[in-house]
Amino acid sequence: MKELVRIRQLRKTFKKSEQQELLVLDNVDLTLYSGEIVALLGKSGSGKSTLLRIIAGLTKPTSGEVMYAGKPVTGPVPGVAMVFQSFALMPWLTVLQNVELGLEAQGVPRDERRSRAIEAIDIIGLDGFESAYPRELSGGMRQRVGFARALVINPDLLLLDEPFSALDVLTAENLRGDLIDIWESKKTKTRGILFVTHNIDEAADIADRIIVFGSDPGYIRAEVQVQLPQPRDSQSNEFRELVDKIYRLMTTGPQERARRAIRERYLGIGYRLPDVDPSILAGLIETMDAPEFASKIDLPELSEHLMMDIDDLFPLIETLEILGFAKVADGDIALSKIGSSFAKADLLERKKMFADQLLSRVPLASHIRRVLDERPNHYASEERFLSRLEDHLSEKEAERVLKTVIDWGRYAEIFAYDYNTKMLSLENPD
Amino acid sequence: MSKVRFYLFSQTKSLRFINEWDLVAFIVIFGVLFTFAWGASQMTTPYALGQPIAITLDPHALPLYSARTVLRMFAALILSLLFTFTFGTWAAKSKRAEQIIIPAIDVLQSVPVLSFLAITVVGFIRLFPGSQLGPECASIFAVFTAQAWNMALGFYQSLKSIPSDLQEAADMLHLSSWQRFWRIEVPCGMSSLLWNTMMSMSASWFFVVVSEAISVAHQDIRLPGIGSYIQLAIDTRDLTAVFYAITAMLVVILIYDQLLFRPLVAWSERYNFSEFRDTRPAQSWFLDLLGRTYLLRYLSSGFAIVTNYAITMPWFRRKPKAIKEQSAKLIKIRFDWFWYAAMIAGIIASLWLLLGFIISNLDLYEIWHAAVLGSITLLRIIILLIASSILWVPVGVWIGLRPRVTQVAQPIVQFLASFPANLLFPLVVMLIVRYQLNVEIWTSPLMILGSQWYILFNVIAGTSSIPKELAYAAHNLNVRGWLWWSKLILPAIFPYYVTGAITAAGGAWNASIVAEWVTWGDTTLQATGLGAYIRASTDSGDFPRIALGTAMMCVYVLVINRLLWRPLYRIATERYQLS
Repeated sequence: MKELVRIRQLRKTFKKSEQQELLVLDNVDLTLYSGEIVALLGKSGSGKSTLLRIIAGLTKPTSGEVMYAGKPVTGPVPGVAMVFQSFALMPWLTVLQNVELGLEAQGVPRDERRSRAIEAIDIIGLDGFESAYPRELSGGMRQRVGFARALVINPDLLLLDEPFSALDVLTAENLRGDLIDIWESKKTKTRGILFVTHNIDEAADIADRIIVFGSDPGYIRAEVQVQLPQPRDSQSNEFRELVDKIYRLMTTGPQERARRAIRERYLGIGYRLPDVDPSILAGLIETMDAPEFASKIDLPELSEHLMMDIDDLFPLIETLEILGFAKVADGDIALSKIGSSFAKADLLERKKMFADQLLSRVPLASHIRRVLDERPNHYASEERFLSRLEDHLSEKEAERVLKTVIDWGRYAEIFAYDYNTKMLSLENPD
Repeated sequence: MSKVRFYLFSQTKSLRFINEWDLVAFIVIFGVLFTFAWGASQMTTPYALGQPIAITLDPHALPLYSARTVLRMFAALILSLLFTFTFGTWAAKSKRAEQIIIPAIDVLQSVPVLSFLAITVVGFIRLFPGSQLGPECASIFAVFTAQAWNMALGFYQSLKSIPSDLQEAADMLHLSSWQRFWRIEVPCGMSSLLWNTMMSMSASWFFVVVSEAISVAHQDIRLPGIGSYIQLAIDTRDLTAVFYAITAMLVVILIYDQLLFRPLVAWSERYNFSEFRDTRPAQSWFLDLLGRTYLLRYLSSGFAIVTNYAITMPWFRRKPKAIKEQSAKLIKIRFDWFWYAAMIAGIIASLWLLLGFIISNLDLYEIWHAAVLGSITLLRIIILLIASSILWVPVGVWIGLRPRVTQVAQPIVQFLASFPANLLFPLVVMLIVRYQLNVEIWTSPLMILGSQWYILFNVIAGTSSIPKELAYAAHNLNVRGWLWWSKLILPAIFPYYVTGAITAAGGAWNASIVAEWVTWGDTTLQATGLGAYIRASTDSGDFPRIALGTAMMCVYVLVINRLLWRPLYRIATERYQLS
């Protein structure tokens, strides 16, 4: 098998400030061979999209080697096409003009351009819409234009950045099926597809190989070869086993295990608290306490029951663990003692329990509370905590984390916050 | 930001506020201006052209005059577009250029048109000795200075806000910079550019008299056009002629509005890709008409072939661009040093020139005097803003709550906003003279006559965008009277109101030059204020005072922006924005 892309020892950092750097990708080794569809699977913020952009030549790695077809990547490579999550169509160009754009850039003569574009539109099933503007089309049709625009230049390698995640389930499935058909029928010269997703079922459905990404910083946690023939039946046992395996890998990688040990003993003040709404958390705990679930719940089953993909579900689960309401092991989740009594409690008791857990297990929350207690007037500016957080986190992330802890603190009624003055306090609003 | 807010002189003045770079730009620009002023004061030879062109008040001459005026405006518009495409794009693409160009435009747009004219007219006359081309160029340049800044700023802003995924898509498709400009950047900026162009056109009508009947720096030049016609009518106290001129202007504005701007707006709907679109897209009967003709189809396919050829010209095709290598970093650092050194040198030189000029030509008292005049004008503007808000907010809310009335009222208000209010000045002067009114008070309304519509306009837009559910909820809770105003309406329209007020205030500063000094025949009414100060100095060609007055006005505008409008605007967007 021929190597299409070869990545060795790749590191990517973003500048946080003059001195500090934020590590996004660490020690990534990846080889992409001709003839395979590879999925990069991970939580949002795991750096998988950054990796895709580095391969595309849109971003430069901080260090490490990126080769495409034996040559180092120094900029957007001819022969590589990309499909975007947001479609990235020019709203002022018609479908035909959008598809022609890449050919126009290559200087292909007008007539040839037209016939090739019409052919691509035909392949992707958009005939009849040539003169439509993107805004007249549904999301699914727009993404078809995105595919046609990528396929028309006859790319060797197709990079897909969460191409289906802006679409509803049925549309996504339909488009995925068509993509596989085009790939199998060899109507195009494309020799490899690399796609980024946070949807486990999607990865299991079309990929020949799944690269599971860990986060903070992004690294390759595991690789899964998929031997199931196309078309795959998502109800079959083999498929369910595959999905189970991926869940297990995503919740218990070697580094993740180490991280959990740290998490359980002591979360630093700069721990990236997941962005979770306390009332959704309460809803989740109630659901898990329902009689139809055993004490141990299979994560894929829970995901399906709630109709949530991992980007929505994993932050919830992480929060449950942080607050000690539940424990995750081997792709299963179980409510803790305090978790099940939370499920049975009324609103006021719940708030009390939430407050206790928050103060005892989240250092940032107890720190804020301590500062407010110590101050004679029980007031403190948000700035104070932000600058403390910025020792550990980027400015944006610090704001997000503080906003999350303020949300939780307000729900638990352990402190108050005034939006206009940006002050935290122990007072109830007048 | 919703797109249904409208702006007068600069849409972007409200979005960008001054920073330390403005100070730098201020110093450098005025260093240069003062130098020019000094140069000009050395060569105040009156312009003499064998036979001065006689302007006649015969209404039959008006079509020709109108044509010449419009031609001048469009010539200036082409210049403004060129300026926009080069400097707006440059600022958006190069960080270094951005540091210079944007603050410079900020300062330049608060320099009154009259000052530009006074400083440049002699130079233009010298450039084309004995030919009418000199004054023509000066006039076109003056119109250009009324048009260019907000167009360039608006274009720059839209280039900066091109979605990153479109940029990445362009990278992946290997578009050259030339293709990128025409396929992505210009389309992205199209809506804002068009609106700003329309605003610029009304701004240039506002200064049509000043820019055609050039009576600055000991010159007395009348270029054939509507402006000179009006000036002559005012000189000879011919009310009928003023009426003719107003009619001619109305017709001209109506014609190019219907035949050019409406079709362009309707056509540019496709370039407006914001999610929150008006429910009713802009319509143009003329565009519809053209769309039905074969001629247009013929022309447009021809046009498509030509633009296609131009955009894909091999000459502009780029070689695959590599991402910048690390080794380039060292050169960059060196260049940075060079750059900052050059800038500091520029600042020191300008500062030296500026101080030298002020100290040698003016005393401290003069500066103090100008500052006091500025605060008088400021006071006027504040009172006017409050007065027009008290008048127009209730009216706007009343209209905005009634969709039927809104549909009728909005185009009318829009037209009123583009109508040069200074044409009504003679009427006001007559009233003041007849009833012996106080000049200080009664000339003031003229300052806001043209720009008050922006308050009304924005209040209407704000009221009609209040979500129906909110209004129903308030109704359901039986919220009425003052409670209804203070808890529902005023907070909801606040962001719109602020935008309108910023625009109106900006317009008022500009208008103070023509409003604090009005003439009717040999009656000249002169109020005390910075506008009258600048006007008087330009009339007498007193360059140090022109420069001082202009600089003072810039200082006032920039400081008010910083101290008042920026905080208000921030509050409006953070707290009162209905998302």
